[in-house]
Amino acid sequence: MSYLLVVATTVVIYAVLSVGLNIAVGYAGQPHLAQGAFLGIGAYMVAVFSTRYELSFWVSMLIAIAVTAASGLLLGVISLRLRDDFLAIVTIGVNFVVVAIFQYVPWFGGATGVYAIPLPSIGGQQFGNGEFLILGLVMLAIAVAVSGYLARSWLGLGLASLRDDELASASSGTPVAPFKITAFVVSAAIAGMAGALYAPFLSAVTPTSFGFTESIVMLAMVMFGGVGTIRGAILGAVVLGALPEIFRFVSDYRLLIFGGILVLVLRFQPQGIIGTDSAAAGWWSRFRRPGHSADDDGSGGGAGPYGAVGAAGGSLPGPVDAPGAGSAGE
Amino acid sequence: MFPALVDGITVGALYALLALGPSLVYGLLRVLDIANAAALVLGAYIGVTLFQHGLPWWLGALAGMAGSVILGLLLQRFLYRPLLDQGPLVVLVASIGVFIAMEEAFRLIWKPYPRQFPVTVPLPHGTIAGTPVTGVQVLMLILGVVVLLGSWWVLGHTRLGFTWRATAQDRETARAMGVNVNRVVAGIFAAGYALAALAGVLFAIRYNTVTPDMGDVPAYKMLAIIVLGGLGNPMGTILAAFVIGLAESIVNTYWGFILPRDTIAFLVLIAILLIRPAGLLPKGLTRA
Repeated sequence: MSYLLVVATTVVIYAVLSVGLNIAVGYAGQPHLAQGAFLGIGAYMVAVFSTRYELSFWVSMLIAIAVTAASGLLLGVISLRLRDDFLAIVTIGVNFVVVAIFQYVPWFGGATGVYAIPLPSIGGQQFGNGEFLILGLVMLAIAVAVSGYLARSWLGLGLASLRDDELASASSGTPVAPFKITAFVVSAAIAGMAGALYAPFLSAVTPTSFGFTESIVMLAMVMFGGVGTIRGAILGAVVLGALPEIFRFVSDYRLLIFGGILVLVLRFQPQGIIGTDSAAAGWWSRFRRPGHSADDDGSGGGAGPYGAVGAAGGSLPGPVDAPGAGSAGE
Repeated sequence: MFPALVDGITVGALYALLALGPSLVYGLLRVLDIANAAALVLGAYIGVTLFQHGLPWWLGALAGMAGSVILGLLLQRFLYRPLLDQGPLVVLVASIGVFIAMEEAFRLIWKPYPRQFPVTVPLPHGTIAGTPVTGVQVLMLILGVVVLLGSWWVLGHTRLGFTWRATAQDRETARAMGVNVNRVVAGIFAAGYALAALAGVLFAIRYNTVTPDMGDVPAYKMLAIIVLGGLGNPMGTILAAFVIGLAESIVNTYWGFILPRDTIAFLVLIAILLIRPAGLLPKGLTRA
């Protein structure tokens, strides 16, 4: 039972990270391959502040969110200057730089990392496995609510327009710079929140657990489910996060299978398994409204430069967010 | 100073071998191909396996290059070509997926422990100004110069070079003018993967070790080099390879920098990109 709780909590933390990453990658269309680094920054902040400075978990978590949001701001400012492939490569580099800083700056505990991270407590009671899962689900609900709100707001509309055509969007008055930066900041802050839970959950952090591979795993989750949709990000986290745990033999081949799934999905179902314009979304909409094809679904997305889009269009009722909200409440 | 120079230039030559293929591919298709670094590992493993079975190392190197050419041709035909319409990020992520999956496959096939590749390259070696220079370093230097001059000559003076430049400038027009674009792409992939495999064998001999993850750092450094050279500019890529190789060696030797050698490349990259967002040499043979 407690093993199941641990697996479920891991999956929920991945879901929070994917939903956050989807804001930068899916809504704003920015190549972002550094979510693992932001997870690491959040986890390390909680680890250092709750062990060395003996701050409570909740205070450390606020610090973690603030620091990751500031790091996201930095990446957002960089993203204004660089496009597409250049930005993708810089975000890849960010992983290596952040991991190296964890490894070589003594304040972060060096190569051994930080261990014996105290368990959070609420009302004098220490966290057990159940409490970790509950806090994880609360975080997922927050992440889903924030990103659902973003998608429907002016910000979401602006992001969708600059994702599809930045020049046209800017010339019709979208404040591209602040919108892009906001997407990176929110994305990073959500990663920081997840990282804050991750550190006491693991009880130890080491530099190498937050690198490029983790970033790729998260991007794979978003792309597997369907870029630009909350439901896709959650499905990706659930499937790819639970797979190595359910099938023990899989864990030896974890990366082989991740790589393979990523390639196969991109090759044969580039919109993700349940993304906008995916086959599954088409069947679903035909099932609900016979006679209409998926293209009439009003998402207005179409395939942007980074695959399927939609959800951020804001005009779509129910189906976009409903599955996400459903699994958050379970 | 001299040891750092020799080390930097020889390592730079390896980076050039590795990065040239993806740079040419970027020029043609505007996509980044990380899986090219899988050819480096594949080449090294095929080479070391045949060497352990008693074949001469250069035969192993040739076999490794042949195997990598097949890998490159399969990837471009069955993965990249169908994905081209999906945009650059999808292709980049797919190539990362291929790279990760292939590394795991190497780990399963050849086991995770490192293998030795003890080869003495029978080339003149000795000490220059008190610095020992080994045969393999001489070979790396020679190959670096050959690749530099060779790609300059091929791109500027042969039919393949002309078709590459034409296709890189405008794929549709080149096609309309009778260039067999698919064949040009296949040829560039084959050449790039062969060079990467050669780099892998030399890497393995130079450091006397072959491991499944030996491609990790070169893979991402390769991206840094391609960007630094101005995406899709092959001459800039080769120049950037030597710049990065030298910068790493010199910074490492003289300042004993707090961060490891492999991080320096990325810090340099991020700094240069922020100052010159289109790379060091944005305009070369073609406009990127």
